Amino acid sequence: MSFTYHADFEIKSSSLKEVRNFCREIFQRNQELENEQEKLILVISEAAQNIIKHAYENKDSPDKMRLQISYNNNELQIDLYDKGKPVIEEDVKPRDLDDIKPGGLGTFFIKQVMDEIIFNKEKTDDWVNHLILKKKIINQ
Amino acid sequence: MTYNVTEENNISTVYLNGEIDMDVGDKAKEAIMPLIESANEIHINLKDVQYMDSSGISVLIESHQKAVELGKKVVLKEISKSVLKVIMMAKLEQILNIE
Repeated sequence: MSFTYHADFEIKSSSLKEVRNFCREIFQRNQELENEQEKLILVISEAAQNIIKHAYENKDSPDKMRLQISYNNNELQIDLYDKGKPVIEEDVKPRDLDDIKPGGLGTFFIKQVMDEIIFNKEKTDDWVNHLILKKKIINQ
Repeated sequence: MTYNVTEENNISTVYLNGEIDMDVGDKAKEAIMPLIESANEIHINLKDVQYMDSSGISVLIESHQKAVELGKKVVLKEISKSVLKVIMMAKLEQILNIE
């Protein structure tokens, strides 16, 4: 089984639920991904949230972000594109879990679930940031 | 997200309903924080919360920390499996009061 779907979402916090619903539709249609869907939806929503919080500094914008979900040869790839403030990869650090405080968990969850996290520096169309998340799906 | 508050035997219970993310985090805090000020024991019932991410976890952490600061107690009740998984991913199951 292989597929690629994509959708654009407005830069505002109420879009996060739309992002998750888009993901749910895709994962529920594909049995191989059903077992992983909760974690994958969490990760994708967290990555989208990071775009709004950091690339757009928590301000709504008429810009859109693009989410692409591809699956091929048991590998899931999630691509997120945005036109916000350029990400400085060195600044993206998960919080130390022993330092219990609100905030900083989104990046930690992404790292915990995904096998690879790539900040693609090659220019893609008009997009400023391109995040690639990959995960091998093991079918039981 | 919607919520409902009840009070019985000096315990205030806030029932949260829906998905807790960045969009509604402030609304969840507005529901919970005043109860921590006014009641001695606060229950946050999560049975109707189908999704929670790092923003929701932040609300739970802030609630817990405020309660500790004021000598109060916040207890999480009827957590769904999916929300419990997220709490455990954050390794907070030993820190937060869960029943």
